[in-house]
Amino acid sequence: MRNPLSETIIQIKPSGIRKFFDIVSEMPDAISLGVGEPDFDTPWHVRDEGIYALEKGRTFYTSNSGLKELREEICKYYTRKFQASYDPIHECLITVGGSEGIDIALRAMLDPGDEVIIPEPCYVSYLPCVELTHGVPVHLPLKAENEFRLTAEELEAAITDKTKVVILPFPNNPTGAIMERSDLEQVAKVIIEHDLYVLSDEIYAELSYKDKHVSIASLPGMRDRTIVINGFSKAYAMTGWRLGYALAPQIICEQMTKIHQFAIMCAPTNSQYAAIDAIKNGDKDIEMMVQAYDQRRHFLLQSFKEMGLECFEPYGAFYVFPSIKQFGMSSDDFALELLQKEKVAVVPGTAFGDCGEGFLRISYAYSIEELKEALGRIRHFIETL
Amino acid sequence: MRTRILKLIEEDCKLTARDIAAMLGESEETVAAELAAMEKEHVICGYTTIIDWDKTDEEFVTAIIELRVTPQRGEGFDKIADRIINYPEVDTVYLMSGGYDFAVIVKGKTMKEVALFVANKLAPMEAVVGTATHFVLKKHKEHGVGITNITKSERLAVMP
Repeated sequence: MRNPLSETIIQIKPSGIRKFFDIVSEMPDAISLGVGEPDFDTPWHVRDEGIYALEKGRTFYTSNSGLKELREEICKYYTRKFQASYDPIHECLITVGGSEGIDIALRAMLDPGDEVIIPEPCYVSYLPCVELTHGVPVHLPLKAENEFRLTAEELEAAITDKTKVVILPFPNNPTGAIMERSDLEQVAKVIIEHDLYVLSDEIYAELSYKDKHVSIASLPGMRDRTIVINGFSKAYAMTGWRLGYALAPQIICEQMTKIHQFAIMCAPTNSQYAAIDAIKNGDKDIEMMVQAYDQRRHFLLQSFKEMGLECFEPYGAFYVFPSIKQFGMSSDDFALELLQKEKVAVVPGTAFGDCGEGFLRISYAYSIEELKEALGRIRHFIETL
Repeated sequence: MRTRILKLIEEDCKLTARDIAAMLGESEETVAAELAAMEKEHVICGYTTIIDWDKTDEEFVTAIIELRVTPQRGEGFDKIADRIINYPEVDTVYLMSGGYDFAVIVKGKTMKEVALFVANKLAPMEAVVGTATHFVLKKHKEHGVGITNITKSERLAVMP
């Protein structure tokens, strides 16, 4: 029989997290700090709205772009919170999670051979999505001494005449790094000078603990070069509803909508109705969750300090990224041994790019009680090394 | 800072001063001093536990009693409240707006015991003009904590 598979897909490496997940799922009594989703339930008023939509029989397709009211609310929200204005009719697309937005934005923009700069460590899906379009991923390893922020010099050095798109994944999964206004201004200069586009993945925008998140789309000259990816999963604890959105200049958004129309039709109708309520009435819920995450973040950093685990202070998302280089073990070995000896699951930094070697991703989407227990075990583990 | 401390221990009074300090980015000494001061000033009046007694062998009943009273000249409702709260059977007393004046939560071994307490102690008080006793059948939520809907998280253990 002929090989049924495409050469492209065979070349794509499976997610490094998967392997780890398989081991952890065999250990029912393990405590996991490996989760990338909020521990909060979706706020009840949002769930209630979803239930109400079902009761009303709102079970049909929506337009390809998504409910007009939702798109209007999203555009209002982005203007209100991040001073970036997009037109709800032509420049906003409701997607199945932020992940779909990433995929179709890259497919809409890349031709084979186009280079995409991917600052790492980062979320696992940019790389395969670029490879699927036959684009060329250019790994840009970020540095711990810069708190894993992207600098203009690093970006400049990675640019070639084939570079077309820069991924900007901040606040960052897995490092928790953020880009402040001054950081973004430097980077924006380089982007404009080289006539590049930015895919700004702002899914963790609301989870910023220093100042409010700054969207690069709000900087002068950047709006028409920026595709903003965001969604409801992290800010409103709505991961399972699978609802995200993309804000992009009309010329790009039209083509993204075309792919979305053929591949997806429309995002889940029920989720869209619930999301209208979330974005209109969810500020208080966000405030409550951000406060809780911030307390846990402080708690973790203080505990690391006490046990002598080196970690820069991350100001975004719900991850800390401590260094384990002092123990002379690889991230994989450290994580595996920690799991086997103490039954605590963390994710090795290498799951998010080679430059994550020597680091661990620890999620604080857990209660203080769970964190306390897990940290006690980590401390015990370190003492035995 | 007081409000931030209070909000934390309102949800979990088992947090130590050290935990709270770490969570708020303050020093342990500062938090301990604030806690002590608030206890002294009776901002913090006590620490309690939310218990689902239905899961134990202990049997008792809780009743909410509506009390209609005639306020006393010059003393309003406070004097009456002061008398009611002295009874150890009384768990909680609220002054209410609306159709009655006090909501009194009473705990007792049996329905009969509670009913007799109302008949013998509360109803005969001079200022009391009427009572209505409602027994609690099942507790679903208390102090913001769901009692009957505790479910295990279905989150996967490791996700990107």
